[in-house]
Amino acid sequence: MPATARPSLAAPTCPTEIAVELAGVSFGYDRRRPILTGIDMAIPRGKVVAIMGASGSGKTTILRLIGGALRAQSGKISVAGQNVRELDRDALFALRRRIGMLFQFGALFTDMSVYENIAFPLREHTKLPEELVRDLVLMKLNAVGLRGAAQLRPSELSGGMARRVALARAIALDPMLVMYDEPFAGLDPISLGVVGQLIRKLNDALGVTSVLVTHDIYESLKIVDYIYFVSAGRIVAKGTPDEVRASQDPFVRQFVDGEPDGPVPFHYPARTLAEEFARAG
Amino acid sequence: MPADTIAFVLRRVGRATQNSISRLGFAARFFALVLYHSPAALRRVQLTLREVYFSGVLSLVIICVSGLFVGMVLGLQGYDSLNKYGAGDSLGIFVGLSLVRELGPVVAGLLFASRAGSAITAEIGLMKTTEQIAAMEMMAVDPLARVIAPRFWGGVLSMPLLAAMFSVMGVFGAYIVGVRLIGLDSGSFWGNMQGGIDFWPDITNGIIKSIVFGVAVSLIAVFEGYDAKPTAEGVSTATTRTVVGASLAILALDFVLTVFMFRGAAS
Amino acid sequence: MNRATIDLWVGIFVFIGIGAIVFLALKVGNLTSLQTTPTYRLEAAFDNIGGLKLRAPVKAAGVVVGRVDVIRFDPKTYQALVGVRIDQGVQFSKDTIASILTSGLLGEVYIGLDSGGDTAMLADGGRIAKTQSAVVLEKLIGQFLFDKASTGGAK
Repeated sequence: MPATARPSLAAPTCPTEIAVELAGVSFGYDRRRPILTGIDMAIPRGKVVAIMGASGSGKTTILRLIGGALRAQSGKISVAGQNVRELDRDALFALRRRIGMLFQFGALFTDMSVYENIAFPLREHTKLPEELVRDLVLMKLNAVGLRGAAQLRPSELSGGMARRVALARAIALDPMLVMYDEPFAGLDPISLGVVGQLIRKLNDALGVTSVLVTHDIYESLKIVDYIYFVSAGRIVAKGTPDEVRASQDPFVRQFVDGEPDGPVPFHYPARTLAEEFARAG
Repeated sequence: MPADTIAFVLRRVGRATQNSISRLGFAARFFALVLYHSPAALRRVQLTLREVYFSGVLSLVIICVSGLFVGMVLGLQGYDSLNKYGAGDSLGIFVGLSLVRELGPVVAGLLFASRAGSAITAEIGLMKTTEQIAAMEMMAVDPLARVIAPRFWGGVLSMPLLAAMFSVMGVFGAYIVGVRLIGLDSGSFWGNMQGGIDFWPDITNGIIKSIVFGVAVSLIAVFEGYDAKPTAEGVSTATTRTVVGASLAILALDFVLTVFMFRGAAS
Repeated sequence: MNRATIDLWVGIFVFIGIGAIVFLALKVGNLTSLQTTPTYRLEAAFDNIGGLKLRAPVKAAGVVVGRVDVIRFDPKTYQALVGVRIDQGVQFSKDTIASILTSGLLGEVYIGLDSGGDTAMLADGGRIAKTQSAVVLEKLIGQFLFDKASTGGAK
């Protein structure tokens, strides 16, 4: 059976040097409470970049802005040279076919098997015959080490396995950019190591660009090329893993060392103790 | 302070009304989008057939059993009342008209809303909670075409068939009670029924009603699922809203349709 | 749940559903007796049509031969003008009598046609000359009481 043309797989690499660029991006669901203010980022092609910060600092929002799921109030977001805010629906969908995203906890389709989950983007976006789809699915599963689990259902997978299947699905169409939303959340140490190594190896083997949103400092320092620190909607620090390890910035130090109190306060804003107990007493 | 309370109540009512109206607008736009994506969904026959299976085939048991019981009760109660006027032989036409015109579409619709409607809402709400909908969008697959529209059409296609089955089982139930148990004449049971019920308007109006109910229930079910808050509590609220909303919609539409359809019969 | 099984069950479901609709149409309704035969119109004027409704049956010798099509009030003659549609192929003489009858005591109201001896037949658009109005129960009771009163008084 002759192979049909595969337009969506024709351009796996990113045409520009800087794969993703954010310039002066601000965003908030509510005008009064901005979630992100003045974000500037440049993610070079082929690199693994981590966006780190405490919970609720707006990290996942950055991923959603890059993918076009949210519209920024101001600033410019460009992916592979295209301005995301100016794309119409069809162009946005065309761009998304070249981006793979790994959601927190996998977001596998529960009414399908593992095989069908990975075959989903292939069947939806290409007209490949089933034999070729099968080969591709098994190849992707092999890359994450789960070729034998093809017939299992998502409910039968452990957390780590589900994460790896989702990773295989994210790279099913050989994207140029892969985004990871908390890929290390809730995993045991072995799975942590596995996922971390997969992210690095796939990035280098496939020539993609990877953006990780995570707060796992230990794993990230092992595999990434650059780190951005986000706190309260702003970028407070950035650097290579070596620079971060040596940094004297109070926020970076608190984050890397895991100190309970520092630039990110321990206490939620409240009245002083004297005021609180004076009122009661 | 009474003035404060009044202001507070007014603000709450105002905000609730504003929310309801914007929700209504969103629902209307949603309905238009579902219809827009319908041709694509219907071309993927497998998807829609799968939804007809989950909505229709899996509702068969409850519809048929309920129809049988409703028919038997109609037979008993109907005979009891009709016999007082010596009109016991009219049981057939009484049961037939009640079922075909009203009870078939309405009760089948209510059962469908409870069983299939709530299942659809819960499924879509859960997909939203576990980010499956977002994942689909990030994979450049429109969830309206792939997930929502097939479920909508699965419901619309199942409803008329289920309502007809309900009516048939009901007539059969009344036959068991009336002819076999009570001892009415089989010939007059069927003869009076056939003499009194016309295909047009009785049966066709019943079919039209069940189609309208199918659209209403399916639309409410997919909308509430799509609009659910992505938490466990949100999904449960959405499911409740589907059952309550769809039931009320069926009863209200039933009144409106009955007025339009059977206005002539009263003259 | 593979595709073949789903297809099979959906097929069975749709088959049963359409079967139910057909059953309702034929056994519960009276689709088989749906008039698709051509018809012609006749008219008749009554002093009182009682409870006659549109689409009421028109019977001759107890067999349904047509339906009531139109009921109008004639302001000039103060009579009710009833238009009926009769099956083509059933002819009535010009001296046919049209009466408004009730089937049973509380049954439906219908028009009964008694054909006369005239050799000339009514054509499309013809008018039935001889009519008998509906028996109105209140007038009957009033008549009965009046008769009773007059015979009682004569004694």
